[in-house]
Order: sequence, then C-alpha cells, then structure tokens
Amino acid sequence: MSALEENISSTPLGKDAWPEAAQVDRAQSELPITIYTPESPLRHPGKLIKEMLRDLLASRELAWRLFVRDFSAMYRQSIFGYLWAFLPPIAVTLTFSYLNRQSIINVAETPVPYPAFVMIGTLLWQTFFDSLNSPLKVVQNAKPMLAKINFPREALILSGLADVLFNFAIRLSLLIPVFLYYRISLTSSLLLVPVGVGGLILLGFALGMLITPVGLLYGDVVRAVALFGGFWMLLTPVVYPPPTSGLGALLANWNPVSPILLTCREWLTGQPPIHFGGFLLISAGSLIVLLVGWVLYRLSMPIIIERMGG
Amino acid sequence: MKSDVVVKVEGVRKKFCRSLKRSLWYGMKDMAAEICGSTSPHNQLRSGEFWAVDDVSFELRRGECLGLIGRNGAGKTTLLKMLNGLIKPDAGRIEMRGRIGALIALGAGFNPILTGRENIYVNGSVLGLTKREIDEKIDEIVDFAEIRDFIDSPVQSYSSGMQARLGFAVASSLAPDLLMVDEVLAVGDVAFRMKCYRRILDMIRSGTGVILVSHSVVDLSRVCSRGAVMASGAMSFLGPLDSALLAYERLPNGQNGATNPSFRSLVKLGPVTQVGRPGRSPIECSTGDSITLRLHVHTEIKIRKARVLIHLDSARAGRLCSISTKKAGLEWNFLPGYSFVHLTIHEVPLLRGAYQLYFDLYGEKIDDYYGVCGPIEMIITGPPTDPFGFGAYHTLMLDLKWDLCRGEHNDSVTC
Repeated sequence: MSALEENISSTPLGKDAWPEAAQVDRAQSELPITIYTPESPLRHPGKLIKEMLRDLLASRELAWRLFVRDFSAMYRQSIFGYLWAFLPPIAVTLTFSYLNRQSIINVAETPVPYPAFVMIGTLLWQTFFDSLNSPLKVVQNAKPMLAKINFPREALILSGLADVLFNFAIRLSLLIPVFLYYRISLTSSLLLVPVGVGGLILLGFALGMLITPVGLLYGDVVRAVALFGGFWMLLTPVVYPPPTSGLGALLANWNPVSPILLTCREWLTGQPPIHFGGFLLISAGSLIVLLVGWVLYRLSMPIIIERMGG
Repeated sequence: MKSDVVVKVEGVRKKFCRSLKRSLWYGMKDMAAEICGSTSPHNQLRSGEFWAVDDVSFELRRGECLGLIGRNGAGKTTLLKMLNGLIKPDAGRIEMRGRIGALIALGAGFNPILTGRENIYVNGSVLGLTKREIDEKIDEIVDFAEIRDFIDSPVQSYSSGMQARLGFAVASSLAPDLLMVDEVLAVGDVAFRMKCYRRILDMIRSGTGVILVSHSVVDLSRVCSRGAVMASGAMSFLGPLDSALLAYERLPNGQNGATNPSFRSLVKLGPVTQVGRPGRSPIECSTGDSITLRLHVHTEIKIRKARVLIHLDSARAGRLCSISTKKAGLEWNFLPGYSFVHLTIHEVPLLRGAYQLYFDLYGEKIDDYYGVCGPIEMIITGPPTDPFGFGAYHTLMLDLKWDLCRGEHNDSVTC
C-alpha cells in the first residue's frame, strides 16, 4: 500500500483544487460539432453522402487492423494453417472430376480440360459466395464492439473485403500448377481478369449488404443463405458449361451470377467473351444496389445495436 | 451553443422493449420507417415498451466532471450510448463539440489470441488513433498499464484486472474533449483505480469534460464536481455532487414502512419530529451534535411492557444498528390515546451524508409486533468530509487519540 499512499500524497486534492477555472485555450470554433436527433438522415441526403464518404476514408486504417487481427488470429490456433484456404476448391475439383470420369454425371465439352474447368469455376464461385456472406459475417462477429464503441462502420465491410481478396489471391495460386500441367495458353485477356473478379465481388457485396440489416436481427437469414447457396451453385454454370436449351439455359440466363462468372472464366481461359454485355449490365446494377445497401446499412446500424443490446 | 459547452442534451428520450421477439419486430418496423425517411414522431410507446431514458436535459462545460448516479436499470448506460452515437434518441437533441472518447467497455475489440502489443494497435485504431500516434504512445500505454512483462503474451493469459488496465491505458491516450466512463474502473485494484482517477483529474484540468458513471460514492467524490441522479429513466436531480449524493441515498429502495395489518386501525406510529426544529422536515444535525427526537404514538388498545426499537440505515453501508428500549432496562405501557416517545442521541457519531431511521413498536413477546414508522430522513450536514486521506470519510466518526512511540525492537516500545 505504500505506493498507493505515495500516489495520494503526491496529489493533495482538497476541494479547492477542483479545476473549475480550467482556462484552456483551444481553438473552440474549429472543433467538430456532432449532433444526434431522432430524425432520419435521409432527410438531409447531402449531409448523409458527405458523412458516408468521410467515414469510408476514415475507416481504411481500422479496416486494415481488423483484417490483420482476424487473419493472424484465425491461423494461430491451427496446425494446417493456410492449407485450409486451398482445400475446398481442391475437394470440389476432385469430386466433380471423379463423377465426370466415372460418367455418373455427363458434362458437355469444355474449352479447357475438365478438372481445370471445374477448378476455375469453383474458385470464382467461391469468391462470389465469400463476398455475399462477408458483410453479415463481419458485422455479426463485431457485435460486442459495435454495442460499445463508435467507429466508422464502413471499416467492418472493408476488412471483410480485404479478407475476400486475400482468400481469392491465395486460391489463385492453385491455378499456376493447373495451368502448367494442362498447358493452358496464357493470353492477353488475362489482364482483364481483375476486372471480372471485381464484378463478382461487387455483386456479392451488393447482395450481402442488402441482407445484412435483417440478417443481424433474425438468424433465419444466415441459415437460408447457407441452404440456398448449395443449390444456387449447382444452378449456376460453375462445374458445367452454360446449357444452350431447356430449363438449364433459362436458369443460367436469369441468374445474375452467370454472366459475370462466365465472362471471368472466358478471360481466364482466353475464350471470346460472349457474355460481356450481361457482365456490364449486371455490374452496373450491382453498383447501384451496393450504394443502396450501404445507405441501408448505415441507417439500420443504430436500430440494430439498440435491439441486440450490449 | 456557448463555446465552453462540450455537451448539450435537450429533452432526450429513448424507449426500450422488454420482450425480445417484439423488440426485434419493432426493430424491423423502425428500420422501415428510417428508410422511408418517415417524419412520424417516435414519441408514442408501443405495447410492451417503456421509457428507458425519459426527458433528460443537461449541459456539460469544459473542465467539468459530471457524476451520473442511479440504481441498476435507471438508464445511465442507455444515456451514455446515445451520447456516444451508438443508438439514436427517440426524441430530443444531443449536441457535442470536439473529439469524444467513451469507455463503455474496457477491452472491447481485444482478441484473446493476439498479444497485448497487437491488441494495442487494434484497440487504438478502433478508438480512432492512427498507427503513428500509437507508435508514439505505445511505451506510455504499456507503462501506464504496468504489463511490460506480458506485452508479448496473448491477452487470453491476462487477468481481468490486467485487461482493464490495458483498456483504460489505450482509451485514455485519446486526449478527447469529452470523456465518458461507464463503471469500467470497478475491476481494477485500488492502486490502479487511484491511478486512473489521477489521469482523469489531469484530463479535467486540461479542459476535458467528463461524465462518470459509478456506484461508488467514494470514487465519484474524488473527481466529480456535479452530480446527476437518474431514477427510472428520468433525471431526478442535477446539481452539486454533495446534494446529488444525498438525493441518491434518499431514493426509495423498495421497502416502505407499514403497520402490521391486523393492528393498522388500532395502532398508529409517527410522525417523528426533531425537538427544537419546526415542521416535519428531515432530521438535520452536524457530526457530534446531540439531538432529541419525538415519536408520536396513537393506540386504541393498551400495549403492556412495550419495546420500542430504533434502526439506523445508511444507503452506502447498510443497517448500522438496531437498539431497543429493553437495552436501557425500560418497560413501558402504552395506554389508549396519544403518547410521545422522546429519544435523545448524544453526540451523533455519523459523518456527513444521508441516513434513514426506522422505529418499531413491539409488545412483550418476540412476535408481538405492532408497527413500524419510517424511513425517516436523517441528514448530517457537516462538517465536510475528505475522500483523499486528509480528514475523515465514510460513515462513522470515532473519538480517537493517536500517539507516536519510538523503540529499538518490536517488543521494546517506550512511549
């Protein structure tokens, strides 16, 4: 207790020591003013947009920290470490290659050898699906923090984006041995692949942001996405080329993921990008949906925090 | 808003819902209303809702520290969450100037698997510090938290006190214009709490406005100049800390005095007055005064060999004593009609604060219970106490005599 006594006696704080006249010269007028009212921010769209951009810029550093935190924590308590990022596409590729070789399924002619085709498709689909799940997942995991600290909420989404990009990058390295083994020719259209993947991620995040507010209140959304995700993948031309007739063609055509995923694969394998029109249309639509989802996310956050408690 | 005002809160209200299912559904509706930019007021309670914060207004200036007191569930944390922008008010307006630091939870954002050092960076950036700012401050943070030996171990191996120290150290290096601290300091040990309060005092001196939530009256009196008492969502008192603490201790704590129902119409105890003071105002005196109380008793039956008991309670310390007339060897008979019990307390040994008195009336046997009168406010108005170890503090004043003796060994003392 001697240290404590020292602490006390070194600051003799009688009642006269109250800092009533704290004369501090700060540039009062320059300090930012924060105002909270019950009014919906949509009443002042200009201010809302300004705040959205400001927070987006302010959240880069935090997003990076959160990403590094999640990333280093994820692999620290694990023996296989990064291997877990590679295993799912390998497993899917092996499964479908086996099914195809045993003629259990009958897949039409593919422009590149079937295992390479499946691997490319799975990688792309996985990136889309990761993007779709990302916003809800990161916000869900950050609930304790959200209920207690005010920080730019955009940081969570950005950290999720970094995670999706990183996972895509390490999975992409799988393709190098595959391209070498099957001697798939490298064309200049490879340079467009980042654009294509950007489109996939854009679509995924746009849909993901839309379901996030409701998904945070009701657990049903996560379950539904997990259930329908499997069907959705099989209804999308991921492990087979797009059907040209019948119900399959109809589903493939009206599936927003199809044109984007197909264009990506066409660029990767050097095929003519016949789905590029659809790609542009869906990407533009996704951008609009993403902006709407962003606004929804911002508006709903205080309401969700209030309902999920501390 | 005047330039030295850091926070201005006007008529703020917030409603909450007790049932989770309903609360989630209202959440959906609120989101829909928000998205439609609805202007319909949130001022109506829906079924199952109540006001968690009800029409609260106050102002806080630079260098001022407001202590927020109230029982659990009084709405203190909800109010802080609104001030911190985590949730929106349903009515009213909050205006704040400058950088806001809130310690609603220590160690929010700590990842148990990462080391202390890694967590400092994560936590710092959550609170709005850049990497460079953290680089500059990390030594100071580690020293303040006193965890240099553990800084490269995972946080999951820390004790809760160590986590609290680290959390406070990071958050307090923010240098905010407004600091809100919500009961988080209670986990640390006394030495660390003192250190935290010293840092808070330093911040107050440099012009930070502070709002402090605590159940510890002692801690509040260390740093706060003003106090606000919250009860069922409303701010029932706002003013100097001393008066606020009195108001807090006077909040009813659920146990209201009642006469034994079977004798309710026959025996009536009270009121209690202070001899020499007019009216039925609370009993007041200074430490060491002698006071005389008068208990009015009206009975329609004869009570033989009655016992009168006095109980003395302190909101801080609990029941201090219960003393019976039997202790003084008295055996009174109450005859039908009015009687007055006079009780003199010599040299009241209580320190400044609010206390409650109760009087019980019993008959001869243990279970001959006739009724109770109370709580009766008893206020010790002075002299001032000192929480920093320069005077007397807490509940009791003792008549002490101190001596300093010298000696060679433990057992050879010469006075």
